[in-house]
Amino acid sequence: MKILVCISNVPDTTTKIKFTDNNTAFDQAGVQWIINPWDELALTRALDIKDAQAGMVEEITVINVGLAATEPTIRKALAIGADKGIRINAEPKDAFTVASQLADVISKESFDIILCGIESSDSNGNNVGGMLSELLDMPSVSSVSHFDIKDGKVELKREIDGGQETVSTPIPFVGIVQKGIAKEPRIPSMRGIMGARTKPLQVIEAIQTETLTEFATYDLPKPKAACKKIDPDNVKELVQLLHNEAKVI
Amino acid sequence: MSVLVYTENWDGKFKKLSFELVSFACEIAKTLNTNVVALSIGKVNDDELNKLGTYGASKILNVQNENLINLNNQAYTSVLAQAAAKEGATLIVFAHNNTGKAIAPRLSVRLKAGLATGVLALPSNFQPFTIAKKVFTAKAIANVVIKTPVSIVTLLQNAFGVFETPVAASIEAFNPEIKDNELKTEVKDVNKVSGKILLTDAEIVVSGGRGMKGPENWGSIEELATLLGAGTACSRPVSDEGWRPHEEHTGQTGKILAPNLYIACGISGAIQHLGGISGSKCIVAINKDPDAPIFEAADYGIVGDVLKVLPEMITAVKELKGN
Ligand SMILES: Cc1cc2nc3c(=O)[nH]c(=O)nc-3n(C[C@H](O)[C@H](O)[C@H](O)COP(=O)(O)OP(=O)(O)OC[C@H]3O[C@@H](n4cnc5c(N)ncnc54)[C@H](O)[C@@H]3O)c2cc1C
Ligand SMILES: Nc1ncnc2c1ncn2[C@@H]1O[C@H](COP(=O)(O)O)[C@@H](O)[C@H]1O
Repeated sequence: MKILVCISNVPDTTTKIKFTDNNTAFDQAGVQWIINPWDELALTRALDIKDAQAGMVEEITVINVGLAATEPTIRKALAIGADKGIRINAEPKDAFTVASQLADVISKESFDIILCGIESSDSNGNNVGGMLSELLDMPSVSSVSHFDIKDGKVELKREIDGGQETVSTPIPFVGIVQKGIAKEPRIPSMRGIMGARTKPLQVIEAIQTETLTEFATYDLPKPKAACKKIDPDNVKELVQLLHNEAKVI
Repeated sequence: MSVLVYTENWDGKFKKLSFELVSFACEIAKTLNTNVVALSIGKVNDDELNKLGTYGASKILNVQNENLINLNNQAYTSVLAQAAAKEGATLIVFAHNNTGKAIAPRLSVRLKAGLATGVLALPSNFQPFTIAKKVFTAKAIANVVIKTPVSIVTLLQNAFGVFETPVAASIEAFNPEIKDNELKTEVKDVNKVSGKILLTDAEIVVSGGRGMKGPENWGSIEELATLLGAGTACSRPVSDEGWRPHEEHTGQTGKILAPNLYIACGISGAIQHLGGISGSKCIVAINKDPDAPIFEAADYGIVGDVLKVLPEMITAVKELKGN
């Protein structure tokens, strides 16, 4: 089987978020870019299956829609263990554009399992995976916390509100992964880092696509009023305040 | 024209989020001078369906179909697309939960309708449709413009609230066409946690972190939660350690909660934890370290030993409830 992992390039989670141009653009100055954490975990799960079921998984490819600046992120995925990288040379303007670019390339290839993360840590979108599956007219399973390959089919665990389901799907399909899919992301080894330099990273020119949405402006959350401290010897006062002032109990 | 709402039930009873979604849609429908149509999939009786009218739904599409007992992303997308066409929906509203996240993006492509996910307030503008959503894991807010004639949004739970606007509701059986090739995924086993309050529905949440020291100390968290009719949650290390079930794990990588009251017991307030609770109306922190970052997010705080404070809180709540 061939597995494809869609990776987005996002600011490191500790980045201080600031905006420029009258709050219309994210300030990228000094930002460290990383593989979106969910995508890193998706890749880790794909590699775990490849290691455990030798011969079952032929190849793992990672794909990103982005400009040349995202290549270090793709190389990192190669260093972690992906066999091949693809970059579609387009600015990821909105989720529909990204999904359209991905769908165009994927429809010309033959991937069996296509993995996306539940959300990018910058847009908090939860969009691309579902959109991609619809564009490809493939089944999708979302909120996936585990999956295995069994007899040519894929069996997954999917989180529902207040429980979990076991779902079986034929291939090809799009799996949208979340918490649980892998415990910790794989760290590239020295050998992996050296090897990544010579692994293929194909650049594909973008097609014409449209956007359906635009992040017009940004706001920072209003600073919170200072915390009201209550004496630990007077817990009763806290309960009174919650009842009379905050009116929440 | 109409505003279409995708409602959800839990064993035949609507989840609170369904009433919130209808309330939200109703407020928008007033501005647009149109009506709210609610769609329900699954076995829900007429008494329960009629409750949606209390919050402003004037029509309820009732879908009962053997093939739709469990969520199937493709088939559900078809149901919604057919309902949207039939009702001339210009806005479709989902909850920002596992189901909404599964269907809304597919529907967005099917209808060529722009999607804003995790929105937290009413649209700030209708020409063009503009709505606020959290980005950068709640460190900022983006005002998203939807450029298509039809818009889709997923609403963060508890972001809007539940408001009664009673109208006479008509219930209509709706039998959308579902093709075999839309039923490729198969649910083999369902494992529901039942009999407990759904954490994402809870108005009050009592949550414990590593400062609780060990699973043996959770008795006081559970007792306080029971007294307040609250759900119980925890930080990630607590569920990683197996002190608590993983469904309780809250934060960036776990559940996103927005209750009226969140009581954080022995939780340091790491940015990844705050990402899951910052929508709470009121946060209480109990922590022995006065410099713990949780106090920056909290409205009320006690600097002290949580194992001593909790029993006193239980006593004080009992007194309050006794009055
Ligand atoms: C990519 C990533 C994603 C993550 N996602 C999440 C997530 O979704 N959710 C999450 O929670 N974490 C997440 N984390 C982990 C997060 O960074 C913190 O490590 C975690 O939240 C800390 O949990 P804690 O507050 O329970 O423990 P600690 O940080 O150890 O804090 C314990 C607190 O208890 C206090 N304390 C100790 N004893 C007492 C006492 N007797 N009385 C009162 N207070 C006491 C201490 O002062 C301390 O502040 C993530 C981390 C990463 C890197
Ligand atoms: N620019 C991109 N290139 C490739 N994959 C992407 C891109 N943006 C998002 N994705 C994938 O879609 C998932 C969800 O992203 P989003 O819809 O932006 O929250 C991510 O976890 C990735 O798997």
